[in-house]
Amino acid sequence: MGDFQVKKQPKKYDAVIVGSGAGGGMAAYVLANAGLKVCLLEAGYMYDPQKNVTQLKNPWDSPRRGASTKLRPFGDFDASYYGWEIDGEPYTKAAGTDWAWWRARMLGGRTNHWGRISLRFGPKDFKRRSIDGLGDDWPIGYDDIKPYYDRIDELIGIFGTNEGLENDPDGIFLPPPKPRLHELFIKRAAEQAKVRVIPSRLSILTKKIKSTTERGACFFCAQCNRNCSVAKADFSSTNVLIYPAIATGNVDVVANAMAREVLTNNEGLATGVSYINKEDMIEYQVTGKVIIVAAGACESSRLLLNSKSQRHPNGLANSSNVVGKYLHDSTGAALGGYLPTLFGRKRYNEDGVGGLHVYSPWWLDNKKLDFPRGYHIEYWGGMGQPAYGFMGGIESMNGKYAVNGVQKEAGGYGKSLKEDYRYFYGASVGMAGRGEAVPREDNLCEIDPNTVDRYGIPVLRFNVKWSDHEVKQAKHMKETFKEIMHNMGAVITWGANDDEKNQYGLAKPGEIIHEAGTVRMGSNAKNSALNSWNQAHDCKNLYVVDGGAFTSQADKNITWTILALSMRASEHIIDELKKNNL
Amino acid sequence: MDRRKSLKLIATGAVAAPAVIAGCTTDDKKTEVAAVDPKFNLDRNPAEIENEKRLLAMDKFFTDHEMVTIAILSDIIIPKDDVSGSATDAKVPEFIEFIVKDMPDHQTPLRGGLRWLDMQCVTRYNNAFKDCTKEQQIELIDLIAYPKKAKPEMAQGVSFFNKMRDMVATGFYTSQIGVKDIGYIGNTVNQWNGVPDDVLKQYGLSYTDKELKECISFDKNP
Repeated sequence: MGDFQVKKQPKKYDAVIVGSGAGGGMAAYVLANAGLKVCLLEAGYMYDPQKNVTQLKNPWDSPRRGASTKLRPFGDFDASYYGWEIDGEPYTKAAGTDWAWWRARMLGGRTNHWGRISLRFGPKDFKRRSIDGLGDDWPIGYDDIKPYYDRIDELIGIFGTNEGLENDPDGIFLPPPKPRLHELFIKRAAEQAKVRVIPSRLSILTKKIKSTTERGACFFCAQCNRNCSVAKADFSSTNVLIYPAIATGNVDVVANAMAREVLTNNEGLATGVSYINKEDMIEYQVTGKVIIVAAGACESSRLLLNSKSQRHPNGLANSSNVVGKYLHDSTGAALGGYLPTLFGRKRYNEDGVGGLHVYSPWWLDNKKLDFPRGYHIEYWGGMGQPAYGFMGGIESMNGKYAVNGVQKEAGGYGKSLKEDYRYFYGASVGMAGRGEAVPREDNLCEIDPNTVDRYGIPVLRFNVKWSDHEVKQAKHMKETFKEIMHNMGAVITWGANDDEKNQYGLAKPGEIIHEAGTVRMGSNAKNSALNSWNQAHDCKNLYVVDGGAFTSQADKNITWTILALSMRASEHIIDELKKNNL
Repeated sequence: MDRRKSLKLIATGAVAAPAVIAGCTTDDKKTEVAAVDPKFNLDRNPAEIENEKRLLAMDKFFTDHEMVTIAILSDIIIPKDDVSGSATDAKVPEFIEFIVKDMPDHQTPLRGGLRWLDMQCVTRYNNAFKDCTKEQQIELIDLIAYPKKAKPEMAQGVSFFNKMRDMVATGFYTSQIGVKDIGYIGNTVNQWNGVPDDVLKQYGLSYTDKELKECISFDKNP
């Protein structure tokens, strides 16, 4: 073989997990605590929230003052390594497709910097086809997953309130934080528009929880996106699942490990994973009794499609030909501006938690509307920490409004300008919708026949378009937001000039970073890849526990459901191993 | 951060690890894995360390002449006043020098704008901007600082000055001096007990009984 070697890891694992985000982290946690030996492969850097710290840093601790870079796109303090563009790891798009693909490359994946918005699916969300004839029903219902949501609520901790809403189920909640000033204005204005506003549901500990002594309560620095190095008070896979799993002694983490292929034997069973170590560019193979794929919906489908063999000529777990298909992201449309009532406002510490204190769950009946699925509304505003870009474009404001009673000429400089910045600071306000798209077979990612990444692994080519359903939903979002802003007396400065030509400001698919559907579960092996246990129809010792498994995604961010399903699938694995079924 | 406050929160269980929070003062560098340069007092992954090293190793972009001009402009835009120091006090020119290396798209507009400004001054006063009198400098600035009043032939200058204003504001208000000036007092251990009573009163707002019952509250007089 010359000097090119494939090194085989000698240790035989019970489970090899590809990906350490919400799904992979939960699987590692459950299996390790049950005594199983786990190898956790992560394509990104090793990362330790206790050592890799940006929390409580000041704006001046970064010479670029928190500006975005290619290596950290949501800002210099954000806890995400990489994002939209990774050198040497390209992807392509079919003509007419405008897809944006987010890939965090670090232990814990996106759970380090995500918004902590943790929403259970409701009963309707599993049965959408039965309701509106579009897409497909899940093979499971709310009752199948409710016990796991309950356990996740208690294991991980979440704040919110029980509102008795049919499709936004009650949970086991810690107390939410009181609304901020702009949120009180929003609440009043939204209620005038007959839009319900309730406390948000975020996986942040407003109180210590019984399930662990390792995590403290939130101290309201509003920096969840930097990950809570100090108190572990918010959910990241890293703080809450992976490091505790490592502490059991049953988990070996291999970072900088890009999975190339899931290996199978002549019987078609999964035997292990072949991966390349990005640091030394050496090829490895690791074996396990069970292979759990949790690399993120698109990466997982890529891995399966690239795992061709005689028994799986169409890719692993893909006799149905659906792997890579039915790709959907949340819809997103937003607008913002400022609230003149808040000019010259008193200063106090308004940080709160790292996210919204209130939100609006979907409040209407789609049967009475011209689009089939709903959306929730997220709100923001107020006195944020200064960062790169602070109060840019003040010349569009300081000529329009009298500053402390004095009408000025727009623009300017000097002591007068300093006064203007102080006067207008903290008055910004905005809102965004996050809605459910209808999964379609022809929205997909597939293997690009012409392109490999720097490791020689064939890359994905995306082919995704919004349909009229999503465009009409975005139109409704904008109309609703304008009404709320108007009721508040707010001035809209961006996001108000839309029409069909720009799809009502609908974010490009992928931009909301809630990809799902590409390895979907279903009861019919002819049109689904997984059964109701996240287990591949075609390969019983292969499980997929990330967003790929989702038959549809609801008007709710998918992380909480990923966690619940992964817990459930992991216990199924333990059970099946005990019965010698795998 | 106030040590007494942080110790108190440890006692109430708000934080997990006293050892970690002990390292959490604003000027503490001990908790940090050594970064590429003390300038970068925040987590950097290996690719970032390489990138920052590359940036810091670059020759300076602005000439001495340009830097002096930038300093004068910065202090015209944000001078010292009763509340806080000036842009140069806050090291805004140094920030601008770094940022044009980090974001090369800024280089041409700024270099070109500075030259445009100098040419305007040479034409009127026979001196580059930095060598004009204070009155001459202000006279020129007044022609480009007010977008709605400026003459059409000054449009490029207006564009340049808008950009300088934004740059200086970013550099200033993200400095220690500027954060204090603008009145942002977050980024610390806190107990969020809602909007202060006097502020609620000011806007005629109040929390509902439901909110008062369900939301987390902290003793106002612990």
